Amino acid sequence: MLLLLASGSMYAQNSPEMRRSGITYTSPGTQALQADDSQNPGMLWVRDGAQRWTIPSGDARKSCADCHGAIATMRGVAARYPAASPSSGSAASAAGRVITLSQQINRCRVEQQRAPAWPPEHADLLALESAIAFESRGLPMAPPAQPALSAAQTRGEALYRQRIGQVDLSCHDCHDRLAGKKLGGNTIPQGHVTGYPIYRLEWQAVGSLQRRMRGCMTAVRAEPYAWNAPELVDLEAWLAKRAAGMRIESPGVRP
Amino acid sequence: MARALITMPKSARLGEIIEVRALVQHAMETGYRRDSDGSMLQRDLIRRFSCSFAEAVRSDGTRAAPGTRVVFAATLHAAIAANPYFSFYFRAEKSGTLIFLWEGDNGFAHREQATLMVNA
Amino acid sequence: MAANTAIARRTALRAAAGAALMFALRPVNAAIATAPILGELAFAYAGPKATLREARVKLDITPLVENGNSVPVTISVDSPMTANEHVVGIALFSEKNPQNDVALFALTPLSGRAQVSTRIRLATSQQLMAVAKMNDGSCWSHTVEVVVTTASCVEE
Repeated sequence: MLLLLASGSMYAQNSPEMRRSGITYTSPGTQALQADDSQNPGMLWVRDGAQRWTIPSGDARKSCADCHGAIATMRGVAARYPAASPSSGSAASAAGRVITLSQQINRCRVEQQRAPAWPPEHADLLALESAIAFESRGLPMAPPAQPALSAAQTRGEALYRQRIGQVDLSCHDCHDRLAGKKLGGNTIPQGHVTGYPIYRLEWQAVGSLQRRMRGCMTAVRAEPYAWNAPELVDLEAWLAKRAAGMRIESPGVRP
Repeated sequence: MARALITMPKSARLGEIIEVRALVQHAMETGYRRDSDGSMLQRDLIRRFSCSFAEAVRSDGTRAAPGTRVVFAATLHAAIAANPYFSFYFRAEKSGTLIFLWEGDNGFAHREQATLMVNA
Repeated sequence: MAANTAIARRTALRAAAGAALMFALRPVNAAIATAPILGELAFAYAGPKATLREARVKLDITPLVENGNSVPVTISVDSPMTANEHVVGIALFSEKNPQNDVALFALTPLSGRAQVSTRIRLATSQQLMAVAKMNDGSCWSHTVEVVVTTASCVEE
């Protein structure tokens, strides 16, 4: 009974009205950096991606714009991912499987442009993802209602609450129970995924949500899941649901 | 592919002092860090940034002041943060073009320009 | 230990040349004593004949740094920036980074206003000094102390 009460109050900390973007826990200098597009280094990736959008690529010599039109048509897309992938008619495609935005970009690249997939954290992939996410800035996170996605969210929440590593902590332990407390010089944020891809001062570059999660896993001395492992995709799906309704702020800046 | 962002007004009143912001994509590798295999990452820095002003050519094809004049320049060391950012000022007295140049190790060179219309 | 001795000796060697300067660098109600290495660097930048006083320059930086990889700084100098009277250079020095030189800025009357902002790296808590050189050869400085906190979740 005590346990139930305790977990109830923990949950209240992350009830929708109590949710706070990670930027609110950072210093005024970091907040200013994110707020001003002329200073935010993430805008360099956004601009890079917007230019790549129109450059023909692969054996098909097709650009993103050839199929999708101007990048402005991407407004709202980043707010929906991860999502069940649409059927593309290709036998090799995994229609119905839940995929991340970066996986969808690579899918376009392989199937439409006929180019080799970019490896995780490739500069061009991060640039395109940044440019697409930027188009949804200000929109609420809005994961769609899809049975496959719902199952992924449920699996992801279980992983979120699973204690891991030699330090024996779950995501939930830090980002719900200890959010707002100090870890080193930084304040532990609630872990809402509203700013990705983010420019992290620690990285001195833009990186993905998976890079951030894998860094956390290493920090608690757990073996990180491989890039794009189903577990990481499920975690991304849960985190998007957990942040549903919060405004997208990409490109976010974090310490 | 290097990217840069220049932020400044497109026009200014005669004598107005405008803020110019320049942001460029560059890792500014210090030479003091190791990669995940433990080997030293080679120093790779932007060493110099400059902003020069070229006066617009008049309608008769002549230029009042030929060539360009330096507005602002910086010598950068390893302690300049990755993706270097500079904000500085410019006194708008003639219409013309601001030319931005970044130069560094391993032949790094990037050029941008922006025009400014000065209204009397 | 050996390193400390070396620094002490170097400081002593330059003490004679720097004595007047060190005095000048210490403002009347100084909260901090300027680190010797910064005094040496300022003196070298200003040149042997220059006067160097702590005034007219403002080095603006947060006193508590969240992440030493990117720290915003703004340096402003009290100057009309005319052809007759302007700042020609601003040097920024760090006390405890692996290299003491951070940046050197060149300004001209075209600059219009003697104010520069950038973002710097700080290896640890330390003093920073900005020295502005005027077209008449006079030099002015400002020294500040910053605390750099340990970043959490460092990936190295």
